[in-house]
Amino acid sequence: MHLHSIGATVDLNTISRIVPARTRADLAPLDARTAPLAGGSWLFSEEQDHLTGLIDLMTFGWPSLTLTPDGLTVAATCTLAELAALPDDQGWPAHPLFFQCCTALLGSFKVWNVATVGGNICASLPAGPMTSLFSGLGADALVWRSDGSDERIPVAAFVTGNGTNQLQPGDILRALLVPLTSLQARTAYRKIALSPLGRSGAVIVGRLDADGAFTLTVSGATLHPEQLVYRTVPDAATLSSDVGAIASWFTDPHGAADWRRAVSTVLALEILEELR
Amino acid sequence: MRFIMNGEQLDAEPAAGQCLRTFIRDQGHFEVKKGCDSGDCGACSVIVDGLPVHSCVYPAYRAEDRIITTVAGLGEPGDLSPVQQSFVDNAGFQCGFCTAGMVVTATTLKPEQLDDLPRLLKGNLCRCTGYRSVRTAVTEGVCAAAALRGDSAVGGCGGICGGHQDAAAGHADSPVEAANAAPPVAEVVDVPVTEPPASVPTTLTVGRSIGAPAGPRIVSGREPYTLDIAVPGVTHLKLLQSPHAHARILSMDTSAAEALPGVRAVLTAADSPEALYSTGRHQFRTDDPDDTRLFDTVVRYRGQRIAAVVADSIAIAEEACRLIQVDYELLPAVFDPEQARQPGAPRLHADKVSSRSRIAEPDRNVIAAVHSEIGSVSEAFEAADARVSGTWQTHRVSHAALETHATIGWVDDDGRLVLRTSSQVPFLVRDEIAHIFQLDPERVRVFTARVGGGFGGKQEILTEDVVTAAVLKTGLPVQFEFTRSDEFSIAPCRHPMRVSVELSASADGKLTAMALDVLSDTGAYGNHGPGVMFHSVGETVSIYTAPNKKIDAEVVYTNNIPSGAFRGYGLGQVVFAMEAAMDELAVELGIDPFELRRINRVRPGEPLVASHVEGDDLVFGSYGLDQCLDLVESALRRGNDVPSPEGAEWSVGTGMASTMIATMPPRGHFSTVSITLDADGSYTAGVGTSEFGNGTTTVHTQIASSVLGTGTERIRIRQSDTDAAQFDTGAFGSAGTVVAGKALHAAALALKASILRTASEIVGAWSEGHLEADGVRIGEDFVPLTAIAAAAGGSITETGSEDGALRSLAFNVHAFRVGVNSATGEVRILQSAHAADAGFVLNPEQLRGQIEGGVAQAIGSALYEEMILDEGLVTTQVFRSYHLPQLADIPETEVYFAETDDSVGPFGAKSMSEAPYNPVAAALANAIRNATGVRPHELPMSRDRIWRMLQPAG
Repeated sequence: MHLHSIGATVDLNTISRIVPARTRADLAPLDARTAPLAGGSWLFSEEQDHLTGLIDLMTFGWPSLTLTPDGLTVAATCTLAELAALPDDQGWPAHPLFFQCCTALLGSFKVWNVATVGGNICASLPAGPMTSLFSGLGADALVWRSDGSDERIPVAAFVTGNGTNQLQPGDILRALLVPLTSLQARTAYRKIALSPLGRSGAVIVGRLDADGAFTLTVSGATLHPEQLVYRTVPDAATLSSDVGAIASWFTDPHGAADWRRAVSTVLALEILEELR
Repeated sequence: MRFIMNGEQLDAEPAAGQCLRTFIRDQGHFEVKKGCDSGDCGACSVIVDGLPVHSCVYPAYRAEDRIITTVAGLGEPGDLSPVQQSFVDNAGFQCGFCTAGMVVTATTLKPEQLDDLPRLLKGNLCRCTGYRSVRTAVTEGVCAAAALRGDSAVGGCGGICGGHQDAAAGHADSPVEAANAAPPVAEVVDVPVTEPPASVPTTLTVGRSIGAPAGPRIVSGREPYTLDIAVPGVTHLKLLQSPHAHARILSMDTSAAEALPGVRAVLTAADSPEALYSTGRHQFRTDDPDDTRLFDTVVRYRGQRIAAVVADSIAIAEEACRLIQVDYELLPAVFDPEQARQPGAPRLHADKVSSRSRIAEPDRNVIAAVHSEIGSVSEAFEAADARVSGTWQTHRVSHAALETHATIGWVDDDGRLVLRTSSQVPFLVRDEIAHIFQLDPERVRVFTARVGGGFGGKQEILTEDVVTAAVLKTGLPVQFEFTRSDEFSIAPCRHPMRVSVELSASADGKLTAMALDVLSDTGAYGNHGPGVMFHSVGETVSIYTAPNKKIDAEVVYTNNIPSGAFRGYGLGQVVFAMEAAMDELAVELGIDPFELRRINRVRPGEPLVASHVEGDDLVFGSYGLDQCLDLVESALRRGNDVPSPEGAEWSVGTGMASTMIATMPPRGHFSTVSITLDADGSYTAGVGTSEFGNGTTTVHTQIASSVLGTGTERIRIRQSDTDAAQFDTGAFGSAGTVVAGKALHAAALALKASILRTASEIVGAWSEGHLEADGVRIGEDFVPLTAIAAAAGGSITETGSEDGALRSLAFNVHAFRVGVNSATGEVRILQSAHAADAGFVLNPEQLRGQIEGGVAQAIGSALYEEMILDEGLVTTQVFRSYHLPQLADIPETEVYFAETDDSVGPFGAKSMSEAPYNPVAAALANAIRNATGVRPHELPMSRDRIWRMLQPAG
């Protein structure tokens, strides 16, 4: 979608107006110079000199967490704090994964109070923990296209690269749709960084569905989420070999590509051990 | 929009894209600090409707109809909240710039969350303390607050905080004595001479853990830092920076920028004074090469300033910068220091006159070099029983003081230029600004408020020169504040060095030869380049006795960001190599590494030899290296209760390193201090050096009060202001105690003599009396200080000076036990022990904090922090890509003090602020070698590097 700047900013001084959105029609002004604003914790943290206006999505007032017969709908504007506090009243084996993935955010619990699920996924950074969570759960992204149509895209495919995704100017991410089968699956979570609680070098999520299918989602270590899907639990040699064959490892200040590949394999095998 | 801040209903309109942090500060609430502006450091934390947030990434307009609480709304001096009081009692701050955010965040925590503190505080970075005191302050403060609320039956925390009988009342076992506690003497005001108070022996304040005088103000957000002031009519300055590593500016069109409404001036090379200078500051300006212009027409690194805009707002200044058109002629660039000194390399400063700019070989990009040999190392190497060698590489590190560089300049009512700046060296800034702009130094006043961290990074002129130019051109008050990205892309970093060491020894462990080859990359400009290089090959070599020593060292220009002064001033880089080579020698010889140091350590009476034999100015005023070695060795042997990690992928080992440092810079460090007995019977000292968390102010109140037989609360310090003291070279080279402190000691002794003399005259007695807290006792008579001041015409002032002509030596030894994971490269510190020989310890808690902070900063350098450059472009410009140590990253370090008494320093004290940093990386590397059998040669020893190092070859 766009290139991330490398510099911090003070105020967003090129922004001359912020428009609260209450209906879908309010999104019409979105374009290359007008961006959607959710929590603001990422938008206000980097230079955005290419922008002149923001459209505030928080004023839609979407309910953050909605139970449906098909599973769980998480509004894009749901904060990480709300998500981390998701009540454990449905007996979902996958429930711990929500909090676990929130802890993979570099930002502190104070950032959780404002940062949103949608904002994290739309920033599309490899280390985005909401991308890890929702791709790990096999969730779909519900996209509101600028032409008024809706589209469901698997989150694992929604994020296409380091800072890129399938949104076009004028589109927004409306919600994440988590299937009930995933919520009823057993999950395992591993994260590693170059420091104990640092920005993720790899976030690996394993999911063992009730039907025996095993899905390993590698994120943080790769330019976009990578998923390995097995109809039954693979053996260690197969999983290790398949993780090693992933091609999109990358190097940045949070880890070298060869290290990310190696530790992802280590963590994948731990997950296999935990879920087997 | 309407909102409530700290209980007050306010009505103000933020700009559309404004963040809450700057909006709050616009309301005059300066207690909300900026550390990063990217939501990573937490200095700006505030509470909005009960939820803590980072106000720098919180859209200001969302505060409408909300309730905002800042640190100032939680308590005030005299009525501190339990958390605030706990930060005072536990010395949970040094510079204090992060403290507002720490206190706010801790205030929102509950005792049952304290087990999760590493995660909950990962968004609160402290660069000074090393977190041990912060952890204690938060833990006890949270529990005390809970007890006050009556949250639970047992002290509010169910005993989580451990140890408090009465948590609400606070701090029975507090390590720190209140700076403003009532003195242990009766209050006496206007007592007639004939009715003296009971004589009470005064206890010396030196040697006690007195709290920082500013403590209650810092924890409540009341202590002003550089920009915490509203200057009427202030304008703002922003820089245009070069996108190219090496280029000539052919033309620059500023017309569109100048035409923008609200722009007051655009400054370019046309505004540059003739003078070449250096941003690095020393007592003698000739220590650094004159290679810098205010705005040059040749740019030599990416990020170099090429123009500045002064405008009514930052937004306008930024917009105007974007309107400036620049035509460049690109020039070839060199980024590798070895290539830079090879024939045919692009020459950065060939336009300078070698002798005039003090650049040794402009044609080879070499600013300065050392090539020396004492004895013959080659012969010794041939004859040796054991011989080791290696090459090590250190990296770029950012000082990352939480307060960025900043200056506000204006012209005062007398027409003088005034600079309020974040500097370690206000007097040197004044002198150089006067030099550059050809001003009379008397017509320039430079001062600092409390400085939010330095670490060497503020021994530079980075903002003062351009602000001066802007003030002189516009006549307006001008403010210039670095962003965090400016800190990474403009401010100098630690010098990266490639260091080769070869050592030889006889079978009994005695060194026979030491050879050292150093290549230091000073980047595009030479500030501190020569000084750091010369220092780097000093005490690192002279700490060991060997008959043959050879040193080759060069510092070269490259088209990288300039390097500068950094804690340790070159020692740490060479120590990383030298102490690793010593460790390798110990392995080779089968001698314990502590023992190898004992065998070879330089001893009092022996000459100090590096590139030459040190002169008489450097003496063993005291010697505690032997004690430091013993203290750390026995700590390691004793162990601790941290279990070693289990699993085949883990290996465990220990490592140590020892270091020596001169207690102040060579060739003079000057301070002239005054102290006055005021009419009210209190004392005011005028001290030139800066307070940036080093605790100098605390120690100065202790020194003065100990001489004058009073409590520290009676000593007011006016400091770091060219108007408040005669002169001070500045707060670098660890000089705050041993230079300014010694000058103050002399001034206080002189004042004491004057007071006693005046008292004798009042009483008409021959005998000299005894100075007590409230007056002078002469026999049966007691003369109050107020009467003495009155008799002397209202006040008495004396001065004292120190010239640094005599320097002593201080020592540090550090050891680690670590676990290393071969599958992930994780290095887990299991035990950390440090011993320091600081002479007589003036303030144990404060010194412990200095050491813990130095160790933590060094652990950051050794394991985590790395400025990454891509063809000269710094790509790590925010804290989320440059990992500053968090609470979770720093283990508790056992701190031990050698018991020595120095003949040079005041009250037998030695300096100890840079030194604790120096041995840490080497000790860690040696522990990793001991654990894994493989020796690291490169910093940082990040997990990916260690993992790769441990992979089987091929």
